[in-house]
Amino acid sequence: MSEPVAGQPQPGVTPVQGPPAGLGMFLYKARKNLTGSTPYLMMGGIGLWLLTWWLLCEVFSVPRFEKMPGPVAVLSELFSVEPFLGISVFTQEYYQHIYLSCRRIFFAFMIATGLGVPLGLFMGWSKTVRDYAFPILETVRPIPILAWVPLAILMFAGFEAPVIYLATLASFFVTTLNTLLGVDSIDESYFRAAGCLGAKRRHIFWHVVVPGSMPFIFTGLQISIGVAWFSLVAAEMVSGDGGLGYLIVDAYMNNVTVPMVIGMITLGFVGWITSALVRLVGNRLMQWRVRALALEGR
Amino acid sequence: MAAVGTVPARENAGKGAISIRNVTKIYDPEGVNVLAVDDCSLEIAAGEVCMIVGPSGCGKTTLLSAIAGFHSITFGEIYLDGELLCGPGKPLADQGADRVVVFQNGALFPWMSLADNVAYGPTVQGRLNKTQAREKALDMLAEAGLADVGDKFPGEVSSGMARRAEIVRALINDPKVLLLDEPYRAMDALTKSIMHEALLEMYDRTKVTIFFITHDLEESIFLGDRVVVMTTRPCRTKKIVEVNIPRPRDYHILSSEEFRLLVDEANEAVHEEAIKAFEAGERELA
Repeated sequence: MSEPVAGQPQPGVTPVQGPPAGLGMFLYKARKNLTGSTPYLMMGGIGLWLLTWWLLCEVFSVPRFEKMPGPVAVLSELFSVEPFLGISVFTQEYYQHIYLSCRRIFFAFMIATGLGVPLGLFMGWSKTVRDYAFPILETVRPIPILAWVPLAILMFAGFEAPVIYLATLASFFVTTLNTLLGVDSIDESYFRAAGCLGAKRRHIFWHVVVPGSMPFIFTGLQISIGVAWFSLVAAEMVSGDGGLGYLIVDAYMNNVTVPMVIGMITLGFVGWITSALVRLVGNRLMQWRVRALALEGR
Repeated sequence: MAAVGTVPARENAGKGAISIRNVTKIYDPEGVNVLAVDDCSLEIAAGEVCMIVGPSGCGKTTLLSAIAGFHSITFGEIYLDGELLCGPGKPLADQGADRVVVFQNGALFPWMSLADNVAYGPTVQGRLNKTQAREKALDMLAEAGLADVGDKFPGEVSSGMARRAEIVRALINDPKVLLLDEPYRAMDALTKSIMHEALLEMYDRTKVTIFFITHDLEESIFLGDRVVVMTTRPCRTKKIVEVNIPRPRDYHILSSEEFRLLVDEANEAVHEEAIKAFEAGERELA
């Protein structure tokens, strides 16, 4: 028998081929995406939805839909250089609303994540912390965010703080609970393996608890940013000054429906982008998972 | 298969004698006492490959868990090289890298590359810095025929490769004892045979004491110096089959008369217990 040389292929061991990199990978992905049915079904779905909306509101003006603006009215207003009702992609005001809402979401999401993830991790990791915190968390969590509105207004001065507070609160519970579930989901044998290999308790926290709960944490963060938008808009409707929720309720008050729908559609898009960003960060941090799932064809 | 490399000087060579003396373990999961292990005694010599065979749920894993320090014992003592691991006044053994476990379903950290997994022990114990540990890990992986997959994550390699890397992750710590809990249970026969040869090759290089739990009698005779047949719950040693087939062994011995006779001998003892276990219909304990 001969000496094996590290780094050189040995007989009987097939070298593992890596995936194509760079441009090759991009082209491969582009081809794979365009040859599948996904993009066409997606376009078909959107088209069908727009068509239904158009038929209901603008062509037949079906009862109950006659007061609603149709897609032609909304889109022509949204993309008009001089919008009749003051809101379009060419007006500063439109972006001001988006900016205000996004800024609030940013703070709320950051605070909620900064508090919720560590709390969830500690609750999962230490039974003592869990026994202390869990009952309170479970009691406070089911209180609807709208029920907090009066308290938030009493507690915080100005327009920004109560809104951010409400969005933070909603997001915080989701993040904490998912992080806790994430720690619970980690297979006991990883803890044992780490222990066998000489890891102390703090090592286990950083090397097992944190990475092991990542998949749940990021699932939680995606839900939590959705919930943050949800409660942000609710809060803006009640006590806001500017922002997309405010835009919607303001339009309603002034009896104009087009900006209302513009606000809703914008919310949809912005919300989608923010959760895509969260997913992107998650995939960056969890290459191990992305690569394993890719091999399973997902 | 990878060839026998340079034999590294093993600090713990010749160590790893386990002495299990009158160990009893009582669980009380629902306030009802369940006797999992009853007055079980077993002497395992340093450098021995000791195969533990018994029906499902008989308490083999409980014994392994007691040695590894995952579970406490109720009565009795367990010694490692004459030092008390657990016993009266100290029911739970300390976990340590002198007794590394390879788990039934595999416990490579999925979030670390194979090389990082292997380097984990020496790094976390502070014996080597990150660069040194990684270098040693890659060397050892290459010795085990895993030269090109060090930067892959466990989810990207076959279960056979992952399991082999897990054994390397254990061996890099120069353990006194390697504790294997049915590591090849879920594998097909072909992969299994490759895993067996790899394990034997690693054993011939290190002569580490091996405590190996299995259901597979052929596996136990092929790998072991002794096969300890356990009774169904509560777990006790029922019969010890000495396997005097010389090492190094390869797959040719599987068809030898001697091998078949040993399998038969073990089978008789196991079968009796399997029937008892089946009739008792007890659920497996953790």
